[in-house]
Amino acid sequence: MTAADNALLSVRNLVVAIPTRGGTLIAVDDVSFHIDEGEILGVVGESGAGKSLTGAAIIGLLEPPGRIASGTITLGDRRIDNLPYERMRRVRGREIGMIFQDPLTSLNPLYRVGEQLVETIRTHLELSDRQARERAIDLLNEVGIPSAVERIDHYPHQFSGGMRQRVVIALALCTEPRLIIADEPTTALDVSIQAQIIALLKKLCAEHGTAVMLVTHDMGVIAEAAQRVAVMYAGRIVEIGAVDEVVKRARHPYTHGLMGSIPHVGHEVDRLLQIEGAMPRLNEIPGGCAFHPRCGKVLPRCSSERPELLPVDDSRVSCWLYDPAEAGGRGADG
Amino acid sequence: MGDATPGGTILQVEGLIRHFDVSPPLLNRLLDRTGRLIVKAVDGVSFEVGRGETFSLVGESGCGKSTVARLIVGLYQPSAGKIAFEGTDLGALRDRSSVPEIQARMQMIFQDPYASLNPRWRVADIIAEPITARGAFKDRGSLRDQVAVLLRQVGLAAADAQKYPHEFSGGQRQRISIARALAGEPEFLVCDEPTSALDVSVQAQILNLMKDLQRRLNLTYLFISHDLAVVYHVSTTVAVMYLGRFVEWAPTRTLFSRPRHPYTKMLLDAIPDLEMTGRARTPVGGEVPSPINPPSGCAFHPRCPYAERRCSEERPESLLVEGTHVACHAIEEGRLAPFEGKTIIVAPEDAA
Repeated sequence: MTAADNALLSVRNLVVAIPTRGGTLIAVDDVSFHIDEGEILGVVGESGAGKSLTGAAIIGLLEPPGRIASGTITLGDRRIDNLPYERMRRVRGREIGMIFQDPLTSLNPLYRVGEQLVETIRTHLELSDRQARERAIDLLNEVGIPSAVERIDHYPHQFSGGMRQRVVIALALCTEPRLIIADEPTTALDVSIQAQIIALLKKLCAEHGTAVMLVTHDMGVIAEAAQRVAVMYAGRIVEIGAVDEVVKRARHPYTHGLMGSIPHVGHEVDRLLQIEGAMPRLNEIPGGCAFHPRCGKVLPRCSSERPELLPVDDSRVSCWLYDPAEAGGRGADG
Repeated sequence: MGDATPGGTILQVEGLIRHFDVSPPLLNRLLDRTGRLIVKAVDGVSFEVGRGETFSLVGESGCGKSTVARLIVGLYQPSAGKIAFEGTDLGALRDRSSVPEIQARMQMIFQDPYASLNPRWRVADIIAEPITARGAFKDRGSLRDQVAVLLRQVGLAAADAQKYPHEFSGGQRQRISIARALAGEPEFLVCDEPTSALDVSVQAQILNLMKDLQRRLNLTYLFISHDLAVVYHVSTTVAVMYLGRFVEWAPTRTLFSRPRHPYTKMLLDAIPDLEMTGRARTPVGGEVPSPINPPSGCAFHPRCPYAERRCSEERPESLLVEGTHVACHAIEEGRLAPFEGKTIIVAPEDAA
C-alpha cells in the first residue's frame, strides 16, 4: 500500500466476517485503500460486492453478527476500528458524517428538521441552543433549501425527495466532519435531482476540504463526482485508480465487462457486452480469483491463486493478466 | 429503423385521460371546506405504435408513464379517450374479458421480479397459468414440454420448472416473468421498468434477451423507463412525458440528436456522461410539481427558461415538426430552434 502521507482515511487489509449457522461468511475480504483530504473516492460494484459493508465497517455500524475480523482503519493518525462503542459514537457524527440512500428513513418523521439538526450540532459541538439554530439555518441555506428560516420548522414529510436529501446532507455536514461516507446518495432520486445533489456534494467538499467515500452502483455518478474509483467484486477490490483510467481504459476483465454492459446515449450498439452468470453468493465464492468462472480470459492459475493488486501504469489491478510473468502482462484490452 | 412502420399500426391511443380521485372523505371535506382533489395522472395523451417497434415512454417519477402502461393493458379503466388495438377500441369496453382473443395478445412485465411472482408457486405453475387459462395444451405432458420450451427461450433450464421463485437471483426471476408473459403467445408486451431493479451486468443480459426475443417472435414493445440510456439503446420511438402529457415524441435518433422541447433538453443534459469524467452537468433548478395541482398552461413553464406569458395561460397543442411531435408555444411561434443533442456514433456491427 503506497498510502500517501496526507491520507485522511486509510483502510488496510480489512476483513468483515459474518458468522452464521452454516459457517463464517467473508463479506469483505482483504480490502485496502486510502482517501486523501478533500478527495472523493468512488466505490462501485454490483449488489453483494461488499461496498456498503466496507462503508459500515468504517463508521462502526456493522450490523451484528457482522464484525471486523481483521485489518485496521485509521482516521488521521488514530486507529478507529477498535474503539469502544461510546468513543466511536463521538467520532461518528463529529468526524465522520453519513449520507444514506433513502432520505426518508434517515430522518426522524416525528421531529422537525430543525430539531434534528440542532440536536446533532449540540451533541457534538459546544454551542448554545440559539447558536445551534443559527448554524442549522446557515447549513440549510448552504445546501440550497429556499427560505430556510421557515423550512427549518417543517417536518420531513413536508419536503420533496430532493429537498429531503439536501437536509440529510446538511445533517451530515453540521459538525464539519473530515470524512463523509455517502452510501448511494442519489439512487432514490430522479436524474434531474440527482444532478443537483452531485453538484452540491462536489461544491461542499471543495469548500470544506471534506473527504468523501461515495458508494454507488452507478458508474455515471462516479465518473462525474469522483477523482479515484475502486471497483469491488465479491468482497474484494479488483481495480483501483484514477476515474479516467478506470472508465476509459478498464483493465480488469470484470471492470471491462461492467463498462461494456452500460448502455450509452449516442453509442449505437446492437447488443450490450454481456458478462455471463451472476456475482457468486457469499457462501460460494470460488477459490483463486473470485471472477475466474465468469472471465473470458481465464488462465490456469486463476482458479487456484488469488491475485494481489498489481500496479499497472497508474492504476492497480488484481488480475494475473498483468503479472509480468504472464507473457508480457498484456491485459484485457489486447 | 425508418419512420414508416412496415407492419402497420398495432396500437393507437387518442386523447387518453385518467384522473384519480384522492379526496379526503366527504365529512372531512365539509369540515375543512375543501373541494375534491383530483390527480390528473394522464391528461390527454395521443400516440401510435407500429408493429415490431419499441415505443418508449420516459420521464421522471410521477409523470404518469406507468399509468399509461396500466391503462393500455387494462389494469385501469380510462376516464376518457380511445385505446385501439388493431382497430378494436379497448377503452370503451367495461370488461376486457369479453374480448379474450385480444387480451391474450397483450402481456405485461413488471419492474420488481420479487413482487410479481407468487412465492408459493413452482415456476412450472407460474408459467403454465396463462397457457391453461387459454385452454391450450390440455394434456399434462405437452404442457410440461411447452413450459420447458419457454424456459429455454429465456435462457433457463427445463429443470428449473420444479423450483420456487426464491431459489433464483433477480435477473433469473425477471427471465421467469418474461417466460410467463410469453406463454400466452402475445404480440404486444408492455414492459414497466423491467430492468430498474437489476444490476447493470444483469440488465445487459435482460436487454439483450428482450432484443433477441423481439426479433425472433416479431414482438412489439411498449417500454417504460426513467433511464434515458436504456431507452436510447432499446427504442425505435421515444416519448417524453411530463405531468401526464407528452411534451415530445419522435424517432429515437431524432429525439436524442435534435431535441426540441426544453424539458427534453434538460433531461438529456442531466444524464451522467461517462466520457466526460469530472465535467459538471448543468443541474436544472426545480422539481416536478405535484400532479394534484399542476401549473396552468404548459405544465413545464415554471422551470422553463423560454417561458413567456402565453405559456402560463394556454396549454400548448402537439405540432408535427420534421418528424417530431412537440407541444411547445416557443416552437410554434418560431422562437426556439432545435437544441444541440447528443452526438450519435454508430458502432460497427460486431463491436459489442
